Amino acid sequence: MDAFLSQYIDPYYLRIMILIGINLILVLGLNIITGVTGQLSMGHAGFMSLGAYTSAILSVQFGTPFVVSLLAGAMVAVVFGFVIGIPTLRLEGDYLAMVTIGFAEIVRVFFLNFKPGGKAVGLSGIPQETNFALVWVLVIIIIYFNYRLLNSRTGRALFAIREDEIAAESSGINISKLKVMAFVIGAFLGGLGGGLYAHYMYYISPQDFGFMKSIELLNMVVLGGMGSIPGAILGTTVLTLAPELLRVVAEYRLLFYGALLVILMIFRPNGLLGDVRWYDIRQRLFKRHQSERG
Amino acid sequence: MLLEQLLNGLTLGSSYALIALGYTMVYGIIQLINFAHGEIYMIGAFAGLLLVTAFDVNIFVAILGAMVFCMILGMVIERIAYRPLRGKSSRLSALISAIGVSIFLSTLMVLIRGTNTTRYPEDIIHQTTYTIGSIDISSLQIVILLLSACLMIALQLMIRRTRIGKAMRACSQDLDAAALMGINVNRIIAFTFAVGSALAAAGGVMVAVYYNALWPYMGTMAGLKAFCAAVLGGIGSIPGAMLGGLSLGVMEIMGVAYISSSYKDAIAFAVLILVLLIRPQGILGQKISKKV
Repeated sequence: MDAFLSQYIDPYYLRIMILIGINLILVLGLNIITGVTGQLSMGHAGFMSLGAYTSAILSVQFGTPFVVSLLAGAMVAVVFGFVIGIPTLRLEGDYLAMVTIGFAEIVRVFFLNFKPGGKAVGLSGIPQETNFALVWVLVIIIIYFNYRLLNSRTGRALFAIREDEIAAESSGINISKLKVMAFVIGAFLGGLGGGLYAHYMYYISPQDFGFMKSIELLNMVVLGGMGSIPGAILGTTVLTLAPELLRVVAEYRLLFYGALLVILMIFRPNGLLGDVRWYDIRQRLFKRHQSERG
Repeated sequence: MLLEQLLNGLTLGSSYALIALGYTMVYGIIQLINFAHGEIYMIGAFAGLLLVTAFDVNIFVAILGAMVFCMILGMVIERIAYRPLRGKSSRLSALISAIGVSIFLSTLMVLIRGTNTTRYPEDIIHQTTYTIGSIDISSLQIVILLLSACLMIALQLMIRRTRIGKAMRACSQDLDAAALMGINVNRIIAFTFAVGSALAAAGGVMVAVYYNALWPYMGTMAGLKAFCAAVLGGIGSIPGAMLGGLSLGVMEIMGVAYISSSYKDAIAFAVLILVLLIRPQGILGQKISKKV
């Protein structure tokens, strides 16, 4: 499929679309933790890093099949997601944010000193297995399951935790279980995205998964609109494209990127699609449809 | 040996404490993690360098100049990037705005100075080493410790004894009630940003002289560590930030000396996570019971 596509599409655009897909998987994971459940996580790159390194080391050193390495990477991230999910039961807001930052930093420093991962030099020679078709098939599957989850009883319970924990708890929602579950799902998608990233880039190093990467992912969630799936898609697309489009301004690129974040937040404080009410829009469209018929 | 490491730790810790104070004061009033704070610390260090190289001033004048410059910068940032968001958006939007400012400032500095590490001129401070018993202490360490202590005492006096300090305390208890009592809340918030930024600038110049290095990305890690210190002490609490900063500095130096230097950056965070698991509100933080 990729060979077919590359006949018609410039490899540069193909590459950007693959990166949007990978980021989307990561962002949809973070969206469940931060956007939907309201647990501020500023260390998503930690999960990504665990997935990327686990899968890459398995592929390079042990020659395991791609799918096995990918799933193994995601599972390692899940284990850590579970461990990180537990402090959320006691900590709130910014204390939790600090723990997640700390977790990601510890993971980064660990890989900086981890021999099989090539220490600070990084790990190269990872087989390039990730391709356009695979990434976007996964994205579509994940979006489908995200919709299923968010429109279910569990999904509504997660939103309730974000809005008011005490009210949610007194309505009989098992907060502890759901918070840890949100972290586990988020970590799974983080690890999966990390594995895909490693098998696309040939090369990974601890610097790829620093604090700024976590922040970049958080920006995509908040900019799109917390907890909204169309928002996550739009936020990810805009912020993945922005650095590419800003290449025209060369070294001023990050300057504009920073200013863009401030300006977007001033004009759309709830994110691009954060206060768009899809239900109302659907109602309006549906009503018009009815009146036309009648 | 142990005492000497303790002293090194306190020197590093006092710089963390100076930055952490800015985080904790702003957080105490508007519950915003001001991610641009690390960048203000970096710009303070560069402003001091500019004063020293271009105007050939004494180090203390340079610190003062950097403090004034960052005071203004802090207020400008608050006016442009945070005030328009206040009251009409979630705290996360303000956080993203702060991240935007942080990226903007560090890139700006890269454009002005390049990414290379620079340093203050060698003769900026007269370096002598005193030996007391078995410990060596440099004049620079004495200056840093004394100056940070003075700044922290001054801050504590200002908050406890003056009218504006009283207004700041009122704002941190309840912003709306403070406004109803006739306090100009916007002015107090701007003032808080100014004070916090000035302290960070002083820390920036001192660290840059002490470690003989400054570069445009120095603010990121320092900012994270200082935020870590503020949370460790209990965010929102001023004595907490001082205690958190000092203990973090000591623990980091001890960790490097007795465990491993390659895990330097991880030690601070590991300690923090352990402390938070035992005391979720930080060392000196007050437990706020939630009311329905």
